Amino acid sequence: MKDFLIPFDGPGGTGLHDDTDMGTPASTSTRTVTLRIDGFEVTVPEGTSVMRASAELGIEVPKLCASDNIEAFGSCRLCVVEIEGRRGTPASCTTPVAEGMVVHTQTSRIKKLRRGVMELYISDHPLDCLTCGANGDCELQDMAGAVGLRDVRYTPGDNHYDPSGTGARSQAEARLRDPVGINNPQFLPKDDSNPYFTYDPSKCIVCSRCVRACDEVQGTFALTIEGRGFDSRVSAGMKLDDFMTSDCVSCGACVQACPTATLQEKSVIEIGTPDRAVVTTCAYCGVGCSFKAEMRGDELVRMTPYKHGKANRGHSCVKGRFAYGYAAHQDRILNPMIRDTIEEPWREVSWEEAISFAATRMRGIQEQYGKKSIGVITSSRCTNEETYLVQKMARAVFGNNNTDTCARVCHSPTGYGLGQTYGTSAGTQDFDSVEDSDVVVVIGANPTDGHPVFASRLKKRLRAGAKLIVVDPRRIDLVKSPHVEAAHHLPLRPGTNVAVVTAMAHVIVTEGLYDEEFIRTRCDWEEFQDYVEFVAEERHAPEAVEMLTGVPAEELRKAARLYATGGNGAIYYGLGVTEHSQGSTTVIGIANLAMLTGNIGRKGVGVNPLRGQNNVQGSCDMGSFPHELPGYRHVSGSEVREVFESLWNVKLDHEPGLRIPNMLDAAVDGSFKGLYCQGEDILQSDPDTKHVAAGLAAMDCVIVQDLFLNETANYAHVFLPGSTFLEKDGTFTNAERRINRVRRVMAPKNGYADWEVTQLLANAMGGGWTYTHPAQIMAEIAATTPSFANVSYELLEEKGSVQWPCNDASPEGTPLMHIDGFVRGRGRFIRTEYVATDEKTGPRFPLLLTTGRILSQYNVGAQTRRTENSRWHEEDVLEIHPHDAETRGVRDGDYVRLASRSGETSLRAEITDRVSPGVVYTTFHHPTTQANVITTDFSDWATNCPEYKVTAVQVSPSNGPSDWQRDYEAQAEQSRRILPAAE
Amino acid sequence: MSSRTTDEKLVYMANQIATFFESQAEGTRAQRVAEHLRSFWEPRMRDRLFEMMDRGEADDLKPLARKGAEIWRAHGQAVPAHSEEE
Repeated sequence: MKDFLIPFDGPGGTGLHDDTDMGTPASTSTRTVTLRIDGFEVTVPEGTSVMRASAELGIEVPKLCASDNIEAFGSCRLCVVEIEGRRGTPASCTTPVAEGMVVHTQTSRIKKLRRGVMELYISDHPLDCLTCGANGDCELQDMAGAVGLRDVRYTPGDNHYDPSGTGARSQAEARLRDPVGINNPQFLPKDDSNPYFTYDPSKCIVCSRCVRACDEVQGTFALTIEGRGFDSRVSAGMKLDDFMTSDCVSCGACVQACPTATLQEKSVIEIGTPDRAVVTTCAYCGVGCSFKAEMRGDELVRMTPYKHGKANRGHSCVKGRFAYGYAAHQDRILNPMIRDTIEEPWREVSWEEAISFAATRMRGIQEQYGKKSIGVITSSRCTNEETYLVQKMARAVFGNNNTDTCARVCHSPTGYGLGQTYGTSAGTQDFDSVEDSDVVVVIGANPTDGHPVFASRLKKRLRAGAKLIVVDPRRIDLVKSPHVEAAHHLPLRPGTNVAVVTAMAHVIVTEGLYDEEFIRTRCDWEEFQDYVEFVAEERHAPEAVEMLTGVPAEELRKAARLYATGGNGAIYYGLGVTEHSQGSTTVIGIANLAMLTGNIGRKGVGVNPLRGQNNVQGSCDMGSFPHELPGYRHVSGSEVREVFESLWNVKLDHEPGLRIPNMLDAAVDGSFKGLYCQGEDILQSDPDTKHVAAGLAAMDCVIVQDLFLNETANYAHVFLPGSTFLEKDGTFTNAERRINRVRRVMAPKNGYADWEVTQLLANAMGGGWTYTHPAQIMAEIAATTPSFANVSYELLEEKGSVQWPCNDASPEGTPLMHIDGFVRGRGRFIRTEYVATDEKTGPRFPLLLTTGRILSQYNVGAQTRRTENSRWHEEDVLEIHPHDAETRGVRDGDYVRLASRSGETSLRAEITDRVSPGVVYTTFHHPTTQANVITTDFSDWATNCPEYKVTAVQVSPSNGPSDWQRDYEAQAEQSRRILPAAE
Repeated sequence: MSSRTTDEKLVYMANQIATFFESQAEGTRAQRVAEHLRSFWEPRMRDRLFEMMDRGEADDLKPLARKGAEIWRAHGQAVPAHSEEE
């Protein structure tokens, strides 16, 4: 890991903690060893390397191939030391400490050896330091200084850096000698195929840190050392591959690991090295990785994963690491805009005029149509504080409970299912827990694409021996990838989750594999007996449901046995579970499985929903749902309402408000006329696009607050510019309930952070709010919400992050839930009857469409489409099995028409056996495709979460865009016209 | 499926809820349907469902859904409502 000086003022300032690279990973041993290094005594865990023990004392042993996030390698020979009583000069990185050991890290013999080693390195390295992209941030440069290298005695000979082959000592000199020639067969030109970083082989010292980071940290195994001896080169894939065509997933681990400028961010080459860094939280998926936003002035130079981040432990993915360019994209709207009707062009106006226009319209609607005729949609991309304010706007200013959030369309069944069974609407573990798992079940999730950093941590555990069960219609990458292979893949037919999960429970119950002691101690015994009676029925046996689910019975039995008997069993699931008409039932079924097997309440086990967006958990916690106040407390509870009523000085509605689909229905029916939508694009992300469009078009005032003119804004009357996560303070709560700070690193480009804009609107409607900093909003959350009672910005600065519940019972948070008992008291088993979806295949629509996401794009793509990530995914494509393609005359890359009972679109086909026959798959990242024109309005029985994952479709060859696509493009173009403000 | 009217959706949703509770242990099924409706349905959805029931426009309601709705109507605020956390 590169070290460079960052102004450090400790907690309370930049949020940075000590970033020193300790050289080798920490030992987890509980036994200790005491030794002396350079005369100082130190006690460290057994198994610690001499290098790390030295670092503990503040003694920095020179090194090049070692870093504390990868295993010691012992190749650079720079870290040699002398140990009394031992022969030779062992490498300190690969030598473990021993009791009574006496080490000397700086002797005349060692100094001479190191200088000789360094001289050899530099003899094959270009001396272009002053113009090198890594100047000031180069470990090779640092080590040359550290060992006192003052001269290179070797005359230029065979080398890798001089393209001219003329004996030049730098590439600048080589260009002067021969401006065009490459006469040195050992010289390889720079590979700049990757949009975010370059690979310059001429600067490589072949330390293998990049290869090891790719293997050990990321787990992709894309890099290798090709050749032997002097011919050794880092290579991405096969010889003809460059980084772009290789298996590299651009996580950045190799760039982070590189001690020279061999792998270098293009942004650093372009801008220069940063001069300050601020720790903040990624605004992409629900893993919630901590990053250092490295700045020069107010320009973001790069984002690097923060090694002390408790969710990501120093790792990153292509989105968080590199895809931040959208923040400065020319498409950003920075001025407020209004218009009387959606047929008119936008008019740029002042903030005052926009806010006044919006407030007047919303109040006017309420006067005409009633208090409950308007509502809000909070954003899972915005901070907790912002989300809290938006729901407060509905409840305290609008005077109703018409607040909902995008969790409606993703994880609302998680809230219901886990709430009913365990008593809390959240996952049970922290991400570290996976390191103690023996069996991992992944259901309806694709972590390598949707939650890549967690996937890397999971793969690391799998490589160490844990077993994997994948339940998914597609052969996701986890099923088989380098050094990872699922023990069982259950490729179920979309829509049959409940049948599969219940069949697994049937096996566990009927084969006596359940944990009776756990159940008797922790769960309701009567409900368990009722459940056993239900689940033991033969109709739930794997053999009985095989025809229905498509899962071979024996494979399912083996998977169930493995989960029940394989040690610590953990379940991770995603939207493939929740986005069904039985989404809540499947979540309940998963909760049942964990209780049956006693896999709750300790490390390595649990039920873990992988949240889609960065703050889905937080937006739910903050009371975004229309039936619940912050902290998941029903609005009908007078005691709970009184807490807020006394603080807000208003009377609160005691009945649930409208959910998003209900809002749209009510809009079409004429009783819902105004919407304040912050940071969501419901037109693109919600199902049955035509219905969403009809609902929005029927409203008199749609206020969209966003970074860009998104698709929903085509139907808006007011556009309020949003601010990025770089431009505001706040907190995000990730999938493990971890509350992480978001820190402002630059001023909002639009003039206001999102929470300030909400406050402006609230006050224009009589809110009377006086917040001057998000810390005050968090203080209000803590004062009103028991599970957040001890959360404060001060605590977050001190601890880095905390996991709720964080209150007097758990002052520093709760990494693991339900340790001694369930939140609701006794765990509750609930019957899970399979009910087939009413979305049926038939002669007209014989295939099942399921949708999802891919690594490089995020959600509706508003952010990632405005970055170089689109190089990996320029358009949505339809995955179709070769058999289905052949019978339809579809060839790979053909344009195809995808039609359902809801609508049709066109996109290109990709023929692949990742999907089973009868199943097709696409993503919803691009508005030109509008995949949700296809999806239906069927939804989860308990929560109305849409059934994105099952749509009956037909696929046929096509010549181009559908009528809907053409009409939509024309309408969008019309809608996005902007009249600039008068000077 | 698409282009269903709000009325059709209300009946469909109520039936979905009833279908789930039909599979649960006997005794409190209708009560639990009522609790679920009260916990999650907005008043205009409730009022429209009752109106449809009164006008004979909700004939497609499953018996359990109808019974649950009737308990809700009869007991109103007395029917407990539940958050996602119990």
